Amino acid sequence: MLTKKLTSHTKSSEGLFPLVTALAAALLLALVGGIFWVVLRGAWPAMSTFGLGFLISTAWDPVQNLYGAAPVMLGTLVTALLALMIAGPLGVATAVYVNELAPSYLRRPISFAVELLAAVPSVVYGLWGLFVLAPWIRTGPGAFLEQNFGFLPIFRGPSLGVGVLTAGLLLAIMILPTITALTREVMRGIPLDLREAIFALGATRWEMIVRVVLPNSKTGIMGALLLGLGRAIGEAMAVTMVIGNANRLPISLLAPAQTAASLIVNEFPEAFDLQLSSLLLLGLWLFIITSLVNMAAIWLAYRPAPVPTEQGGHAHGK
Amino acid sequence: MAQSVSLRNLSVSFGRQQVLHNVSLTARAAEVTALIGPSGCGKTTLLRSINRMHDLYSGAKVSGQILLGEESVYAKQTDPVELRRRIGMIFQKPNPFPHLSIFENVALGIRLHGTTAKTALADQVEACLRRASLWDEVKDRLHTLGTSLSGGQQQRLCIARALAVNPQVFLMDEPCASLDPISTMHVEELLAELSREYTIIIVTHNMQQAARVSQQAAFVLNGELIEFGTTKELFLHPQDTRTEAYITGRMG
Amino acid sequence: MASSPRRKIYGLLAEIVCGIFSATSAFVLGLILYFIARRGLGAISLTFLTSLPTPVGQAGGGIGNALIGSAIMIGIGALLAVPWGITAAIFLDQHPHSRLASLTRFACRVLSGVPSLIIGLFVFTLLVLPTRTYSALAGGIALGVMMTPLITLSSETMLATVSSNWREASYALGATKQQTVRMLILPTAAGGLTVGVMLAIALAAGQTAPVLLTALTSRFWLENLAQPAASLPVLIYTYGISPFPDWQSQAWGAALVLVTIVLVLNIVSQALVSFGNRKKGM
Repeated sequence: MLTKKLTSHTKSSEGLFPLVTALAAALLLALVGGIFWVVLRGAWPAMSTFGLGFLISTAWDPVQNLYGAAPVMLGTLVTALLALMIAGPLGVATAVYVNELAPSYLRRPISFAVELLAAVPSVVYGLWGLFVLAPWIRTGPGAFLEQNFGFLPIFRGPSLGVGVLTAGLLLAIMILPTITALTREVMRGIPLDLREAIFALGATRWEMIVRVVLPNSKTGIMGALLLGLGRAIGEAMAVTMVIGNANRLPISLLAPAQTAASLIVNEFPEAFDLQLSSLLLLGLWLFIITSLVNMAAIWLAYRPAPVPTEQGGHAHGK
Repeated sequence: MAQSVSLRNLSVSFGRQQVLHNVSLTARAAEVTALIGPSGCGKTTLLRSINRMHDLYSGAKVSGQILLGEESVYAKQTDPVELRRRIGMIFQKPNPFPHLSIFENVALGIRLHGTTAKTALADQVEACLRRASLWDEVKDRLHTLGTSLSGGQQQRLCIARALAVNPQVFLMDEPCASLDPISTMHVEELLAELSREYTIIIVTHNMQQAARVSQQAAFVLNGELIEFGTTKELFLHPQDTRTEAYITGRMG
Repeated sequence: MASSPRRKIYGLLAEIVCGIFSATSAFVLGLILYFIARRGLGAISLTFLTSLPTPVGQAGGGIGNALIGSAIMIGIGALLAVPWGITAAIFLDQHPHSRLASLTRFACRVLSGVPSLIIGLFVFTLLVLPTRTYSALAGGIALGVMMTPLITLSSETMLATVSSNWREASYALGATKQQTVRMLILPTAAGGLTVGVMLAIALAAGQTAPVLLTALTSRFWLENLAQPAASLPVLIYTYGISPFPDWQSQAWGAALVLVTIVLVLNIVSQALVSFGNRKKGM
């Protein structure tokens, strides 16, 4: 017996439920805006004092209250690019191996190892970098470069162990899992029938990888590399422990330097007023740059691949 | 130059499930042999055993023998890469490489196995596209993407692509299943042309198609070869009651 | 029959290079874990885990307050992030194609890419600067802000695994969306949601920068939330860069503890995921 009228299930039966869930989602949006706004407000004094010249000035003098970001921007750029140059090929090759080449009993252990690398906290990487990697670089590759190539400004010693090279190497290890994981995901998305098609033409496994899998993964791999780059730019703790904390323009790979993130961590506890505001301005720039890099990475990596269609015309699957 | 394909006591299983039981037949050289039967009965598995596609996946066990001409397909000294060059495969859904142009799609096979000299390459690509009855339709847009063609054209492109490596045998897995009737007609005409020079084994759901294009036909049910003979005989005077049931439409 | 041997050799060489690179990746992990274990084990003892830090040179110092501080701040963070994240995920699950949903997903992806340092700066400027106090509460909130986008994204994925078959059955019985979520979707996805939370906690446990900037550090037991608080990662950092060998070895000990906790959480999560997949017959 339909004692309840059919119209009794109106919107009010759902109560506040739809509103609450929508609010939770909207608050996340607000959070992004809020972070930007709050940091902007804190950075405002420095912004209005230095303007865009902040980015090219090499001064950093708390006594005279003059601050410039050029040394740390360069330091960030150099270490991040160094890390990408090492971790890029290593990560893609590992992804190729795990996804396409490895015998099945090796597949799980290697991808497991790479995933665990991603889980290690950055401060632990920093500790390891400071006490294991830096001494090794100081007496090993660093000394080698200093002795044999020290006449070149880029390899000028002394080899202290901490510096651009160590930081770049440590960052490379840290971003390796990101690059490998995303590259794997992209390659897994290559349809089976494309692989079978080239196989059926009489191609070897490597030829299949080079002529079908990699070309169709190109944009995705670029996205993976950009994502790794973004992580390297934003990394603070591990870098601050191995970069030597010298706020100078980095010329030699073996010299101590500073990145934007490591400078913030270093000077933060004792900073006030304009110095604090300058640090916040640095943070704002980091926020903007990493967000742009990450957005580009996401757009590249998650774009659907072109799909064969029935209609004529240049149809790319969307 | 076409070769015959012989299956002798071919059995295939995936893990614990056996998909093909003891199949023996010979597809004669330069003729079309059709494999007919209800869905999921092992026809595609049979086809893919011939060019060792199952090598790509672990868990497939193949026993028995397959001969390409006189040579054994599964012998230890057989090079599967060269085997797959000699056997071309056309898939159910046309799959031209989406990142390559029409020209490059056809040229890929040539680059893999042979010449890369520019003029020779262009001539060979044109020859293959002509053989696949596609040249006139694409000659003005060779460098547009392969995926910009219609379904029927894409399938003919796949045939041109396979022709480029000079095979002896063509394996076709329901090549017209995703095509409209006009495109189907074009592909079937092409098939008739090709069968003069190549051995063709075609899996098809469409019995009228089997009757139109093939000289020999095999009826496969539940992984077993029920009946095999000339197409005319199989269709007009089926020996087995199950064959008759399928042909007359009483069995799905 | 034989194809060109040159192609075979070329392919083989390339495959070997890839294999070597992969082995390098695995080797590096082993190297890191090995050193942590070797240098950290010596420092671990019951006293180490349960006592307060002592002045330099004095024996018997420990990480007790750091462990508790981390636990409390993670707890605060989870209290913020879990309800918020799951509720937002429910919205994404109910209206997957709406404008707000795409924007929210985008926001989550952007947020999870923001360096944790910036999150620390954000909470510092918002809470610490105006009140002029570093506090455990601020630290907890910073961790919560970090965890929320992750929990949202992973929860949405988990909620999506509840098949439309069951949902339609629920609606067909006359249940409201709220009831369906409460009585069907959440319970079914509970395992997966837990995994997502565990992974977020593992990430939060290892964060240094956001905690350093908001809760600073402390050498005492935490007495109320409006005080600075010690945490494991900050301790590792401060002791690690100090010039005192016994503090440095304590840093290794703390690192061993932290890495063990984080790795265990990750491994258990992976195990739960594959167990769950096997149950579903995947």
